[in-house]
Amino acid sequence: MTIILSIITVVLLSISVWQIVKIFEVSNLGKKRDDSQIATHKDNDLHGKLMFAFLVFIYLVTIFSFVSYTKVLLPEAASEHGGTYDRLFFISFALIMFVQIITQALLHYFSYKYRGLKDTKASFITHDNKLEFIWTIIPAIVLFGLILYGMTTWSQIMNFEEDEEALVIELYAQQWNWKARYAGEDNVLGDANVRFLNDYDGRNTVGIDSSDPNGLDDVVVTQEFHLPVDRKVIFKFRSQDVLHSAYMPHFRAQMNCVPGMITQFSFTPTITTADMRMNADVVDKVNRINKIRYENSQELIAKGEESLEPYQFDYLLLCAKICGSSHYNMQMKIIVESKKDFEKWINQQQTFSEIIQ
Amino acid sequence: MSVVVNNNVDNHDEHVHHHKETFITKWIFSQDHKMIAKQYFITGVFVMGIVGVLMSLLFRIQLAWPEESFYVFDLFLGDRWAPDGVMDPNIYLALVTIHGTIMVFFVLTAGLSGTFSNLLIPLQIGARDMASGFLNMVAFWLFFLSSAIMLASLFVEAGPAAAGWTIYPPLSALPQTQPGSGLGMTLWLVSMAFFIASSLLGSLNYIVTVLNLRTKGMTFFRLPLTIWAFFITAIIGVISFPVLLSAALLLIMDRSFGTSFFLSDIFVQGEVLHYQGGSPVLFEHLFWFLGHPEVYIVLLPALGITSEIIATNARKPIFGYRAMVASILAIAFLSTIVWGHHMFITGMNPFLGSVFTFTTLLIAIPSAVKAFNYIATLWKGNLQLNPAMLFSIGLVSTFITGGLTGIILGDSALDINVHDTYFVVAHFHLVMGISALYGLFAGVYHWFPRLYGRMMNKSLGYIHFWITAIGAYGIFFPMHFVGMAGLPRRYYTNTAFPYFDDLADINVLITVFALITGLAQLFFLFNFFHSMYYGKKSEQNPWKSNTLEWTAPVEHIHGNWPGKIPQVFRWAYDYSKPGKKEDFVPQSVPISKGENITEH
Repeated sequence: MTIILSIITVVLLSISVWQIVKIFEVSNLGKKRDDSQIATHKDNDLHGKLMFAFLVFIYLVTIFSFVSYTKVLLPEAASEHGGTYDRLFFISFALIMFVQIITQALLHYFSYKYRGLKDTKASFITHDNKLEFIWTIIPAIVLFGLILYGMTTWSQIMNFEEDEEALVIELYAQQWNWKARYAGEDNVLGDANVRFLNDYDGRNTVGIDSSDPNGLDDVVVTQEFHLPVDRKVIFKFRSQDVLHSAYMPHFRAQMNCVPGMITQFSFTPTITTADMRMNADVVDKVNRINKIRYENSQELIAKGEESLEPYQFDYLLLCAKICGSSHYNMQMKIIVESKKDFEKWINQQQTFSEIIQ
Repeated sequence: MSVVVNNNVDNHDEHVHHHKETFITKWIFSQDHKMIAKQYFITGVFVMGIVGVLMSLLFRIQLAWPEESFYVFDLFLGDRWAPDGVMDPNIYLALVTIHGTIMVFFVLTAGLSGTFSNLLIPLQIGARDMASGFLNMVAFWLFFLSSAIMLASLFVEAGPAAAGWTIYPPLSALPQTQPGSGLGMTLWLVSMAFFIASSLLGSLNYIVTVLNLRTKGMTFFRLPLTIWAFFITAIIGVISFPVLLSAALLLIMDRSFGTSFFLSDIFVQGEVLHYQGGSPVLFEHLFWFLGHPEVYIVLLPALGITSEIIATNARKPIFGYRAMVASILAIAFLSTIVWGHHMFITGMNPFLGSVFTFTTLLIAIPSAVKAFNYIATLWKGNLQLNPAMLFSIGLVSTFITGGLTGIILGDSALDINVHDTYFVVAHFHLVMGISALYGLFAGVYHWFPRLYGRMMNKSLGYIHFWITAIGAYGIFFPMHFVGMAGLPRRYYTNTAFPYFDDLADINVLITVFALITGLAQLFFLFNFFHSMYYGKKSEQNPWKSNTLEWTAPVEHIHGNWPGKIPQVFRWAYDYSKPGKKEDFVPQSVPISKGENITEH
């Protein structure tokens, strides 16, 4: 109902604006009016001032967005490289906000200041090589700095070494769910291909090649997967049907899953799920979300439907590449926990050899 | 095809009275560039544009109030796609896909470039018409056919294409993976094949015309910046569109003839498919080899239009003409070697990521030069704030706001966590969507007198601008935060993740702004059609502009000028030149005795 009301409001608003214009036009009829449809000094004055007001508007939108929406942003990064990522993001963002504030100010202030109030001539200035040089070279220097910084960060993140200590996990995508495969005792993933998916009456859910001994101790899990804190994880990504993108925003990690190809990404989780739930920003966010869920529940109960469950924070794996009708609901929970808890959990899972017996 | 070099100003004059035009040759199969420009505008903007914008309003309503029942859904989508007025997830993806396709290709490529290149190239360089009026006509009708097929695809039973406007295989290749990849996708591909053919014919014509049919005295460095922009845009189009055509053809092969260019190791619906050895990443390379230059195909004409309008209305020469030309050339060159920044996390070699980060961030330099030059042009001007001028200033504003976030997205390291989120959506809508639309509106308000011989109503224009300007920032500024909160794009709803529940307010805000802004376009629509018939008759040169199109008579005649084609003696930006009585000196006015020739 509120929706219909708001749409009606919008329509009525536009009609009223429309009417005001009409009144303007009609009230002007009697006078000897300028109907050249070319801006007059009066128009220039009004719209020059409005340009200045618009600058204020842009600033207000910016301030409003930062004040009200900073709280919805991702909490501190839960991975080792995440800190570096956030710093680079912050520096780049601060820089572009600085340029944004200055250039918008100049643009709109000049639009206001030099609004045509008289029939005087403008200054005849065609070019200025010195200025031109300055505003070519300064962005160039700044950008080179950013490029260097960005490139080093990028290669630090992407060129990881295949060390033996690292935990190897395959994230397996299909329409529309995720599975995770752990490499098992030997820490080597067995060969796999979609051709094996129909083996063992469909129990071979990620298509492990059962003739490869490395695969027998592999562990496949659904719904949620666990990571030990402070241990490097090497992710291998596969997809069985269309492109997907494994997106783990809290770890500042994302990689596409491409059918016919194995892609990879690596990070070291640094904050356990339990600790992250205590993070002040997360606590605040969860409280806000639960307040919203409570209010929505009241509405649902009034309609005789079930109420929503209270929300508890968990790390997420989402799909970020359009992949069909349930793209919006392709999720897996990530639990980061102590090494001991992780060992306990992984030992409870069935290995591939147990599943196919 | 013989190309007539127009050094002799007198040739073609015979032409003028020859043709006896029938209804069909005048209004339908016209070969006159001015009529073809109008045809592009009506088809591209008023038919396709309205469909594209309406679609965005529909999915914005769904995003703000997910899975609720709406009468408008029922009205536009019917029982098939909105049972009980609730939008189906498949049609959501289709709406997003077709909205993107229509806005990028049909509105901002054909509607913008097609209209203004056609209208202005012959008129501003002093030519009787395009080099080949016939090819020009064929180009339009191919575009028309392409539009008709795209619209027809909306009505097929399994729904239109729904794999995103980037139509990445395997999703787009296999009908088993989503209903839209059946007949809908076939029609999409056929439509785009016609579109590309149209675009190539159009672009070749623009290039040949600019190279060969400039009037006497119109050297390259006397060309208005609009022509530079159209000319370079056409060259980028000729270089990059054929690659999309090849990608589309290979995709058609994969879909219909069992080849495996883009497909390998696929298992769908309990069945292993036969495809072996292809790679979707190859498609992504081919697609973005067009896809990125396409951004500039959309944007450069808008920037060209803005350059012209800002200089005219500031009553001041464009600041740094040669720097502007150089930056257009630099952007054009760089645009062909940055496509990989759409693919940082596709599994491409990380070293390539570094290379593309480097080339991508370089583009910021010529872009910054352009922005600063626009600002410097306003400085000490005598600004005539006509609606066209407001839209041009608005363009510079959104170009800066949207362009700056490109510095984050173009940086491979930072792209990791905002790739395919709403941050990207906010970025490209501001920098190429809104900016190019502002360029289009500015162009229409400015050249309407040239198109229809009448003036558009300025009050309506002002209202149109201010609502749109406020709306554009209201929609897209908060959207960056949705992306930075980690919400991926193309989600039917975010309610599947309680983690995003607190984004509901922002989504409602964005949608309310989108609805207001969408409705505000009715002011433009009304103004356009009302002024076409009842607008005030225009003078020959209402904006006191220097360029040649304003020396032609208000009434359209075949061949543009009744007598000789005017000769050109100076650049297009002698505004407020000292020692002149008026604050403008048209290009066709000879250099007077003792007058300084402007160094630029």
